Amino acid sequence: MVKESLKSALNIHNISDRMVKYIFAVVGFVSVSFLFLIMIFLFKEGFPIFKTVSLKNFLFGTSWYPTSDPPKFGTLPLIVASLSVTSIAAIFAVPFSLGIAIYLSELAPAFVREIVKPTIELIASIPSVIIGFFGMVVVAPFLQDHFDIDTGLNLFNASIMLAFMAIPTIASISEDALSSVPVSLKEASYALGANRWQTIIYITMPAALSGIWTAIILGIARVLGETMVVLMVAGGATTFPTSLFDPVRPLTANIAAEMAEASYRSDHYFALFAIGIILFLLTMFFNIIANYLSMKYKFKYH
Amino acid sequence: MASLQAKAKAIETTSFVIITSLSYIIIAFLLFVLGYIFLEGYRALNFEFLTAFPKSEMREGGIFPAILGTLYLMIGSSVISVPIGVMTAIYLTEYVENIKVLQFIRLGINNLAGVPSVVFGLFGLSVFVIFLDFGSSIIAGSLTLGILNLPLVIRSTEEALLTVPTSYREASLSLGATKWQTIYKIVLPTALPGILTGIMLSLGRAAGETAPIMFTCATFYTPNIPDSIFSEVMALPYHIYVLATAGTHIEATRHIQYGTAIVLIVLVLSLNFTGMVLRYKYRKKFKQ
Repeated sequence: MVKESLKSALNIHNISDRMVKYIFAVVGFVSVSFLFLIMIFLFKEGFPIFKTVSLKNFLFGTSWYPTSDPPKFGTLPLIVASLSVTSIAAIFAVPFSLGIAIYLSELAPAFVREIVKPTIELIASIPSVIIGFFGMVVVAPFLQDHFDIDTGLNLFNASIMLAFMAIPTIASISEDALSSVPVSLKEASYALGANRWQTIIYITMPAALSGIWTAIILGIARVLGETMVVLMVAGGATTFPTSLFDPVRPLTANIAAEMAEASYRSDHYFALFAIGIILFLLTMFFNIIANYLSMKYKFKYH
Repeated sequence: MASLQAKAKAIETTSFVIITSLSYIIIAFLLFVLGYIFLEGYRALNFEFLTAFPKSEMREGGIFPAILGTLYLMIGSSVISVPIGVMTAIYLTEYVENIKVLQFIRLGINNLAGVPSVVFGLFGLSVFVIFLDFGSSIIAGSLTLGILNLPLVIRSTEEALLTVPTSYREASLSLGATKWQTIYKIVLPTALPGILTGIMLSLGRAAGETAPIMFTCATFYTPNIPDSIFSEVMALPYHIYVLATAGTHIEATRHIQYGTAIVLIVLVLSLNFTGMVLRYKYRKKFKQ
């Protein structure tokens, strides 16, 4: 009797346990489904523009005048703006980030590390509108006063602000990669008479290289998708930049600047969603490469 | 030989000086950014600034509706991101047996984390504002921010759950508890500080994001407190953006821009700081 009731109680437990598992599985797949939902709606709202403009003219057209008559939907100046802002930001961010990563993983004493590392990470949590605001009210007037330029809101200013934002991402992932290089590799290097710097340059960095690349690519993806800083600081001109101090308008800034004035399901509205598709695909491409590199790295040392 | 070594030593010393200074230049810049905004803006802060509505076309008065709107969006977004995120993380760490499923969901979540925030804005606009016809509203903004924050909550919860020692689970299972009882009574309470870290970080992100709320819920000015989840709201980051770029009194509202920036920085950094302290303590507890 006791045995029977115990058995049925266990059975109920088993059934409810299995149901719980299914509920969790459904929620797990719901989480991923949002990625597909984003994709579906971007394509649904962005694709109709290609009835008006060919894909080639959309990507390589050199003028973006969405409200002129006839409107022109060439995104090349915006794409060039995004790429130039991103690459200049990377040129600034990478040396600083690698410096921080090496300092934290190889040089800093433990107690300094425990303060410096979270401080650098805190930079990542500063809202981008604050960084943009600082670029507008402090950096732009400074640039205008010290260089002979028309506006302080330009490619250069935006790149510096974006570099600052990308540093915590690149530094922290690179630092993880450097720290997980096996000590035995370094000891072998010391035993052969190499000093600490030679070991860092010839042993530790090459061993951590795929992790460092992951970090740089994720940093670049973050910069490419950043909106508020470029919207507030890059200057907003839809022309091709000819110098470091020209105002530009990257893809993200263009969406944010024009969405409010584009009427629902107009060509302008479709075109802005199509820019969203470009951004989505570009950042996804970078993330997949980063994911691939970090998997490769994991298999190497763990 | 000796001079070669001396040369190598000199290079080492120089490199270390450069690398160390690169790190402290960035910290100095961080302190400069925060310090500058505080010094320029602290005079704007007073009781009225935090509790009053804007007056005379934003040039005077306070930012109370923007603070309230941001709080609504923080709460609204976590209602979405916390349950879905925590449950997904439990599924990934405790239940998934098929490695392919695990990799698929992980890759999906990683890619979701990489979607630019302005694209989330487009998504929110097309799905919640237009397709589901919520209009520009608290609920549309909360749903958008909630989905934006999912990867953050999932990752921190996963990390917290993985830190719980396997021996805890084995002890519970060996006493006859079912898997769900083990998760519910042993794993989750143990992992709670780590999960709270994720919640704090996501609240901070919801408070600070601008691009996703621009087309989904944020408005320049509301004369009243929002009366339902279908109302538009003012929000701190959007308030800074609009006053600094689009208002008719960009210079005259400068003190309000700085003041709002300080309120936003203090809110976001204190949430992140709390989250980081919780995580630090939690990691330390399980470190052998």
